[in-house]
Amino acid sequence: MAEPILEVSGLVKHYPLTRGILFKKQIGAVRAVDGVDFDLARGETLGIVGESGCGKSTVAKMLVNLERPTAGSIRYQGEDITKLSGRALKTVRRNIQMVFQDPYTSLNPRMTVGDIIGEPYDIHPEAAPKGDRRRRVQDLLDVVGLNPEYVNRYPHQFSGGQRQRIGIARGLALRPEVIVADEPVSALDVSVQAQVINLMERLQDEFDLSYIFIAHDLSIVRHISDRVGVMYLGRIVEIGRDAEIYDHPTHPYTQALLSAVPVPDPEAREHRERIILAGDVPSPANPPSGCRFRTRCWKARERCELEMPPLAVPAVFAAGPAAHDSACHFAEAKQVVPAETAENAGTAENAGTAENAGTAE
Amino acid sequence: MLLEVRDLYVEFRTRDGVAKAVNGVGYGVDAGETLAVLGESGSGKSVTAQTIMGILDVPPGRITGGEVLFQGKDLLTLKEEERRKVRGAQMAMIFQDALSSLNPVLSVGDQLGEMFVVHRGLSRKDARARAIELMDRVRIPGAGQRVRDYPHQFSGGMRQRIMIAMALALEPALIIADEPTTALDVTVQAQVMDLLAELQREYDMGLILITHDLGVVADVADRIAVMYAGRIVESAPVHDVYKAPAHPYTRGLLDSIPRLDQKGRELYAIKGLPPNLMDIPPGCAFHPRCPMAQDVCRTDEPPLYEVSEDRGSACHFWRECLHG
Ligand SMILES: Nc1ncnc2c1ncn2[C@@H]1O[C@H](COP(=O)(O)OP(=O)(O)OP(=O)(O)O)[C@@H](O)[C@H]1O
Ligand SMILES: Nc1ncnc2c1ncn2[C@@H]1O[C@H](COP(=O)(O)OP(=O)(O)O)[C@@H](O)[C@H]1O
Ligand code: SF4
Ligand code: SF4
Ligand SMILES: [Mg+2]
Ligand SMILES: [Mg+2]
Repeated sequence: MAEPILEVSGLVKHYPLTRGILFKKQIGAVRAVDGVDFDLARGETLGIVGESGCGKSTVAKMLVNLERPTAGSIRYQGEDITKLSGRALKTVRRNIQMVFQDPYTSLNPRMTVGDIIGEPYDIHPEAAPKGDRRRRVQDLLDVVGLNPEYVNRYPHQFSGGQRQRIGIARGLALRPEVIVADEPVSALDVSVQAQVINLMERLQDEFDLSYIFIAHDLSIVRHISDRVGVMYLGRIVEIGRDAEIYDHPTHPYTQALLSAVPVPDPEAREHRERIILAGDVPSPANPPSGCRFRTRCWKARERCELEMPPLAVPAVFAAGPAAHDSACHFAEAKQVVPAETAENAGTAENAGTAENAGTAE
Repeated sequence: MLLEVRDLYVEFRTRDGVAKAVNGVGYGVDAGETLAVLGESGSGKSVTAQTIMGILDVPPGRITGGEVLFQGKDLLTLKEEERRKVRGAQMAMIFQDALSSLNPVLSVGDQLGEMFVVHRGLSRKDARARAIELMDRVRIPGAGQRVRDYPHQFSGGMRQRIMIAMALALEPALIIADEPTTALDVTVQAQVMDLLAELQREYDMGLILITHDLGVVADVADRIAVMYAGRIVESAPVHDVYKAPAHPYTRGLLDSIPRLDQKGRELYAIKGLPPNLMDIPPGCAFHPRCPMAQDVCRTDEPPLYEVSEDRGSACHFWRECLHG
């Protein structure tokens, strides 16, 4: 792997649960993120998936400094940004920008598109001389495929997909190296979703961007990501290259998640095994001991209750695509996504496992 | 046919003009059959459903033409009182957002029981027993204890199941589910769809499933009706559509979704945006976005051509689309 641009280690965010108004007493904590590690290589896209509430957005907010971690480090080009403050922090923040989920609420309705996209220049005036801003904003509109003459329009004059382009343009204004995109296409219709995904892929090549791409749609994440991390209750339970995760998942949660995704092929419905998980995700204020997935895992045994499985390559897999990090005591490879039909195989770039085995470090 | 919508027209009069939301929709569903209605947001899926159910906002909405035949009777000509009897007892609807369609200040047991009290004349006590039974049926763990809980005390998936219970309470012949799993995680979606399909089989209900998820459609539908700008542009058995779409819009939708089982090249993106319903393009409404458009498409509105006995496409060039 190329040298990482971001290294996240032991990242934790606990939100205190308090009781009482005058004399607040802490009675516990929501463990929104509870020990997350990953690297992001330059030019790479790391997808993060997981059910609602598992901590994806909280990770994103810590990466762009909207939340302070309770513990852990986030190294950007080797430097721990959680320890920075003042000027040094501001400089680093320029380089890690966020694109938000909801194109309907994340743009201020009273600001023109020009002001919205140019807003980062108010916070970082050194990035663009005042007289040059309008031209830059128009360039950015052009880059994301919007008419540069739209600078004086307001958000409500745009469709959802166009608003998301505006959000992306704003994210690009400071020429960041890393973009953290939290569900950037979840609110969009399929046809518009494809336009925005294609745009993000083009921009990545053009500006040599590294992406953290958060979504709950596993198909989109596979499409755009080089590697994928699967989160459950505040922790990453499995992480690897896209083919390792999708074609050779070894963690039961990943397997259940993938098996639940409907495949747009009616021929697949008869011969597809579905793992239907029982019950709901436990509260992050009171996660299960040991393996957090054990209350819903069909393979759970006593050891799972006593011992937290580390995120590491399971010893049973010495090499090959199943040999990637998976936090399960009893990891087993299992193919849950139906193999491609011959017809599709021709168009896929990344189907072969031989290729993956060759490039695994 | 259990339900048949014929040539339905609905518009909304707003300050800015008249939005033509439904422009000649026709579809049907048999007992035991699942019809998926597919289309982008704003294409008129929900308005059609609301018209069938008789819960359209009138005004601003206005039905300007068509029929809704339910077991042979045109519902649009019924008096509101008769209509109310059909609704709930013979057809029921499941919405995307369970939290806002359940009453927040009534316990779920009271809400479920109410159905039996009002429509079946049961006593409160018997109604409660039926409510618990239903909650069991939709797999709410510990139904006996949880019957007194309020909607906000349940998770999203459980609330959706409670809404299914509510819809099923009186064993209707038809269920309309409007994006029932759009707000849910895939794992929960799988639980909910599984349950819905099982109950449908058991009661031999007709199901109209409104969705924009091509995966869910492939999983559960028998037939598909694809909507665009308030019209059905393609109507066909599900297998046929996925094998070879007969309308360029359907083809565009299928090509634009990323797939779990393959890592493809660049996604196909349908260019442009859905039309403004106050100003629908003349001829074929899809022509400004259609890669196959010819001059005739700009002037002549395509009728729903018969592709085969059980398949229709509203495209002048459906043959080229089907074979190309
Ligand atoms: N400010 C806060 N105070 C208390 N708890 C919080 C706060 N923000 C988030 N949480 C809790 O932390 C957990 C993780 O939330 P987060 O928003 O990161 O989830 P997510 O994975 O992004 O979910 P989704 O897919 O729904 O966006 C949740 O249980 C949430 O309720
Ligand atoms: N109560 C209403 N007042 C005005 N316009 C409405 C109303 N309900 C729906 N519409 C319009 O009708 C069109 C079709 O809407 P709808 O059927 O909800 O689309 P969808 O296919 O996403 O379900 C949209 O343009 C919508 O804005
Ligand atoms: S460690 Fe145990 S409970 Fe956790 S995923 Fe593995 S088998 Fe299941
Ligand atoms: S009628 Fe013409 S514009 Fe409409 S879908 Fe067919 S080819 Fe395209
Ligand atoms: Mg989130
Ligand atoms: Mg709708």
